[in-house]
Amino acid sequence: MSARYSVTTRTPASTGALIAALALVVLLALAPLYASRGLIQDLFFILTMLTLAQFWNLLAGYGGLVSVGQQAFVGIGAYALYGAVILGGVDPVPAILLGGVAALVLAIPTAFFAFRLQGAYFAIGTWVIAEIARLGVAQWRSVGGGTGTSLPRDALGDMMLVEGIAALFDVRASAARDILAYWLALALAAGTIAGIYALLRTRRGMALAAVRDNTEAARSVGVDAGRMKWLVFLTAAFGTGLAGGLIYLQKARISPDAAFSVTDWTAYVIFIVVIGGIGTIEGPIIGVLVFFLLQSLLADYGSWYLMLLGLIGIAVMLFAPRGLWGLISEKTGLQLFPIRRRLVGGVLTSKEG
Amino acid sequence: MIWVDTILQGVLLGGLYALFAAGLSLVFGIMRLVNLAHGDLIVFGAYLILVIVSALGLHPVAGALLAAPLMFCLGWVLQKAVLNRTLGDDILPPLLVTFGLSIAIQNGLLEGFSADSQRLSMGALETASVAVGPVSLGVLPLLTFGSAVAVIVALNQVMYRTAIGRAFRATSDDPVTASLMGIRPDRVFATATALAMLVVTVAALYLGTRANFDPAIGPARLIYAFEAVIIGGLGSLWGTLAGGIVIGVAQTVGAAINPEWQILAGHVAFLVVLLLRPRGLFPRGQ
Repeated sequence: MSARYSVTTRTPASTGALIAALALVVLLALAPLYASRGLIQDLFFILTMLTLAQFWNLLAGYGGLVSVGQQAFVGIGAYALYGAVILGGVDPVPAILLGGVAALVLAIPTAFFAFRLQGAYFAIGTWVIAEIARLGVAQWRSVGGGTGTSLPRDALGDMMLVEGIAALFDVRASAARDILAYWLALALAAGTIAGIYALLRTRRGMALAAVRDNTEAARSVGVDAGRMKWLVFLTAAFGTGLAGGLIYLQKARISPDAAFSVTDWTAYVIFIVVIGGIGTIEGPIIGVLVFFLLQSLLADYGSWYLMLLGLIGIAVMLFAPRGLWGLISEKTGLQLFPIRRRLVGGVLTSKEG
Repeated sequence: MIWVDTILQGVLLGGLYALFAAGLSLVFGIMRLVNLAHGDLIVFGAYLILVIVSALGLHPVAGALLAAPLMFCLGWVLQKAVLNRTLGDDILPPLLVTFGLSIAIQNGLLEGFSADSQRLSMGALETASVAVGPVSLGVLPLLTFGSAVAVIVALNQVMYRTAIGRAFRATSDDPVTASLMGIRPDRVFATATALAMLVVTVAALYLGTRANFDPAIGPARLIYAFEAVIIGGLGSLWGTLAGGIVIGVAQTVGAAINPEWQILAGHVAFLVVLLLRPRGLFPRGQ
């Protein structure tokens, strides 16, 4: 009997999860057929927050780069879109890509400065850069300066695909714009999760995990730790910029204080990742659902809600640092997005999940 | 002459930023902990003084004297019950816990005191000034700067002349060996944070008397404090004062050119120093 071994990351649970995920994406893509406009808007919010959370998790959970300045990339992505639409007459949908590119461009000097700072000081360094970006954009008069501006009505009216969607679902243009933004958000979130998962399974992903776990040990086996940090930081900035452009395309109204808000685009995102479970792909997915549930239940309580969120974040970090998903996978051994390589086949079969 | 005036005002403003930063610098020096709630704790201190002042009808300085022991205890409990649990090789827990604390304090204050601006009134002292040659300097800014120097002298005395200072330095160098000598690192850390809260109370007094404050201004104070610490060089308290002065001068000069550039100029000065001297102006020899 010839024993053939092979290395795989797949488990029965992950195969099931893959099928379920594909089914869920199809179900969500068809949501405009059965969901109300309010639900579509809620789903848009969940999906964009999920995207931001996945990128922050890539930075902090996998790259060990705790940034408190991701609002810089949301804001600059959004403002690049507004600049391109208002000043350049670009269609808002392709302008989202410009948002990603603008964030990427900003990320280069940001990384240059922030990488000079270690650990916790890196966190505040990114925050300083975000403040500079906010104050700088507030000086940009042609997109409204400090008070902000709206997307012009005719640019919104002529947006690509909107007319077709309006005819397809027999809805008004404003509802059709929500549907388009929702589909883009779904594509972005699904693409982000698939992309990050694919990255983590490659050699680069292993190098990344090695750098996070022990920089010196990773260097000793030939991993270029500095390059991994740049790769992760620029990728996260690009994705965050895309999300920023999309979020403000849907809002159709922008101001520097809102677009560069540390609470909306960084604090919430950090709580989503921490509550769900940092350093896992499943964590932010659970976290965003918990976050949305808390927000729906407690939104009327305003600042009490935020205070509670802060306290929950502290409690999770102290008593369950691996978050809700950490608790679940500890109890059940479940991993929906496994990245650990296992030896299977042959005489011995690994039971480790 | 107007430039001399602007720069002197900036130097005095730097004293305020050094006060914001001294507590941060102290805690970082001893336990490598960066408290992201530092700015919010200063604002919390200002509200505590405000409550004492308005409840008992006291002068803000007397209010601060009463607030100081409360803040000291708060710092001790905070470190012992919460922050000590987060210390370790992983930088994530302390950052995320103090970030959560920052959000919780801000919104707690917002709930308790609303978003309205508040101020601690010093009476005639607020507008008093003294003429120094051709320029006139406010008494309150001079007091602020003097307090910053006094705080730094006092902290240096504590660090290098007292038993607790020796314990601070020993624990900072090597907690395990220090604990073999009968030092309990958790208590040392708690004492350090409690001491930092005394400095925070002084900072809160001047924050509240020099300008209006509201629950949302904490993070900006944290950023100024952080910039002062980095510009000065980690671990050097006199460097922190120099860093505060750099930020203060940059801000007043920026504001003199265009009022909208005040804050931006301070941040840009920080980036320039980071570019030219990544380890700060006065790095502690390593």
